Amino acid sequence: MTTMFNKCLMAGVIPLAIALSSTAFAQESTDKGEVEVLNWWTSGGEARALGALKDKLSDDGIGWKNMPVAGGAGTNAMAVLRSRITSNNPPTAAQVLGYDAQDWADRDALSSLDDVAKAGNWDEVFPQPIQRFAKSDGHWIAAPFEIHSTNWVWANKSMMDELGIQQPSSWEEFIASMKKAQDAGHTGLAYGGQPWQDATVFENVVLATGGADFYRQALIDLDPEALDSDTMTQSFDRFRELLQYKDDNSPGRDWNLATAMVIKGDALYQIMGDWAKGEFLNAGLKPEQDFMCFRTPGTQDAVTFNSDLMIMFKTDDKQQQAMQRTMAEIIGSPEFQITFSQLKGSVPARTDLSSDELDACAKRGYEQAKAAAKSNTLMGSMAHGYAAPASVKNAVFDIISSFVNSDMPSDVAAEQLAMAVQGARS
Amino acid sequence: MSTSPSSRGIGDRLQHWLPRLVLSPSFVLVLFFVYGFILWTTWISFSNSGMLPDYTWAGTRQWSRLWSSWTWGIALHNIWVFGLLYIVICTVLGLLLAILLDQRIRAEGTLRTIYLYPMALSFIVTGTAWQWFLNPGLGLERTMHSLGWESFSFNWLIDAKMAIYTVVIAAVWQATGFIMAMFLAGLRGIDGEMIKAAQIDGAPTWKIYGRIIIPQLRPVFLSAIVVLAHLAIKSFDLIVAMTGGGPGNATAVPATFMYSYAFSRNEMGIAAASAVFMLAVIAALIIPYLYSELREPRS
Repeated sequence: MTTMFNKCLMAGVIPLAIALSSTAFAQESTDKGEVEVLNWWTSGGEARALGALKDKLSDDGIGWKNMPVAGGAGTNAMAVLRSRITSNNPPTAAQVLGYDAQDWADRDALSSLDDVAKAGNWDEVFPQPIQRFAKSDGHWIAAPFEIHSTNWVWANKSMMDELGIQQPSSWEEFIASMKKAQDAGHTGLAYGGQPWQDATVFENVVLATGGADFYRQALIDLDPEALDSDTMTQSFDRFRELLQYKDDNSPGRDWNLATAMVIKGDALYQIMGDWAKGEFLNAGLKPEQDFMCFRTPGTQDAVTFNSDLMIMFKTDDKQQQAMQRTMAEIIGSPEFQITFSQLKGSVPARTDLSSDELDACAKRGYEQAKAAAKSNTLMGSMAHGYAAPASVKNAVFDIISSFVNSDMPSDVAAEQLAMAVQGARS
Repeated sequence: MSTSPSSRGIGDRLQHWLPRLVLSPSFVLVLFFVYGFILWTTWISFSNSGMLPDYTWAGTRQWSRLWSSWTWGIALHNIWVFGLLYIVICTVLGLLLAILLDQRIRAEGTLRTIYLYPMALSFIVTGTAWQWFLNPGLGLERTMHSLGWESFSFNWLIDAKMAIYTVVIAAVWQATGFIMAMFLAGLRGIDGEMIKAAQIDGAPTWKIYGRIIIPQLRPVFLSAIVVLAHLAIKSFDLIVAMTGGGPGNATAVPATFMYSYAFSRNEMGIAAASAVFMLAVIAALIIPYLYSELREPRS
């Protein structure tokens, strides 16, 4: 019986072991152990950016066990993370966004990164609005990777030249240029009709209409009076005006398909975060030559951001703790911040670096982010969960999406927005 | 049997214990993973749970938040519209197809397979295919335009008011064949003598169906409605593949509501409350049905 069993085992397991060993050896050929990192960076640029971290770690002799969970915005990844933590088997580290890091910190699940932060002078080099998410009760609990910013317009350069459109500097010029494109038979605004994209465009409009202080008051501080104010009504009016320049077939469209409309010359503009740049670069286009990037008119002085954070989970294993510290050191280091942003299309989260090695759009974006950090106009993006917790964020999405997909009057929308936010906070 | 155990053969004892031994693991598993989790979910719906379960008692707070939620209103409205249309259209069409197919025609087996085949596809496939077909930029509308019919317009999928009806179309397309098969089986089970007698009496065919055959199909109707009702309430994958709950929230149903609150909004308490509510609705449908089914043999 046992020999029989062994034979089966041999027959089944050995080929499997051989098949696995090639990768297993590649990962575990180190004496310092390996880190297990949960993330949802599975697309081309994202995976390459993550590869940079993996390479740095292997330079230090640390192995890498990737734990990718597919699915945009990390909904699936967070569900997996929750089950891992509740079953007391946390990964070494995980990539999270916005409020998630705070939630885990509140549950006392995270390692403190204070000593790494102190050695790297993180308190000075990372801007305050990012520290607000990477710190909890004054302790560093996450390492910020980069700054992505969401108030960008991506434009088709050849269409601008053909129609004689100059880069718009005011809201009126912006609308007029889209009208010009539409009159010439193109789509003015490439628009993806998913709730988070509706919200991305909307937060741009709010920022352009009310300015940075109003944005902060309404979408970050969630002041009910600001949410149901004349300025908010006016924002909805402008949003409605903007929506006239999208095509009818936008509901449900993915953001990268909307970007493709600009790339192919079907549409003039897209309002989207700087990850859209990756699509242009992948299509072999050059910034400032083949496509244009500029801040949404009216928001030039402000930057709405989202930022990926790496959190490390508490462990008693000394070796794991050492690896976590090394990983945090690498993520916060100047060279890595530059390399990572080059690959991912973002700008570094540290504000003390030179922008020489970044491309034209990122160079401008980085200088603007630094200036915004100084003038207190670097603000979290509502659409990407850096302004309000998930429950409030989604309540806001509900209102914005239903505004887009109905003929709801602007004042009603503002009123509903205030009510929805209050409902989600209760 | 009151004799001492030693006098019973080992076979007897085995016969006594074996069924219990064989059934007990699955019994325990079902008890724990079905009924245990129902209790757990109910408890969560009365707690303060957000991102993670939190067992502090919160009374009916989550329930009142659920019922004051605006998206929950949309979800309930949609499940009514969807459920009612889905059940009625599937039943009527299924019955009609079954009657037509019951006319002793040639190649019946092939036709039956063709009608039944959509049921073999998963809802995800159905949803994606119909999403392409109904998308004005890709499918039907564009084809009609390219064929020269420029004024043709069918944009329900991207119209917030009509999108839920596109889901009904896809769902009906998928389930009708199955309902037809149920009715066909029912029709074949009816006593032919009675129909022959009616024919001899000179009753027209439609009257035979209306007065004799369809009334006898009552149990099939009941089964069809119960099957369709629970499919309707579970309709998660079709909506996700076809509209993603959109445009906006226009096609949200309780199932997508529950998923969104549990996994992307970190509001586990409200999600649990909505799940318990859905369970209660299904129980209200299924329990009377099971009761009548299990009683019938005795009467």
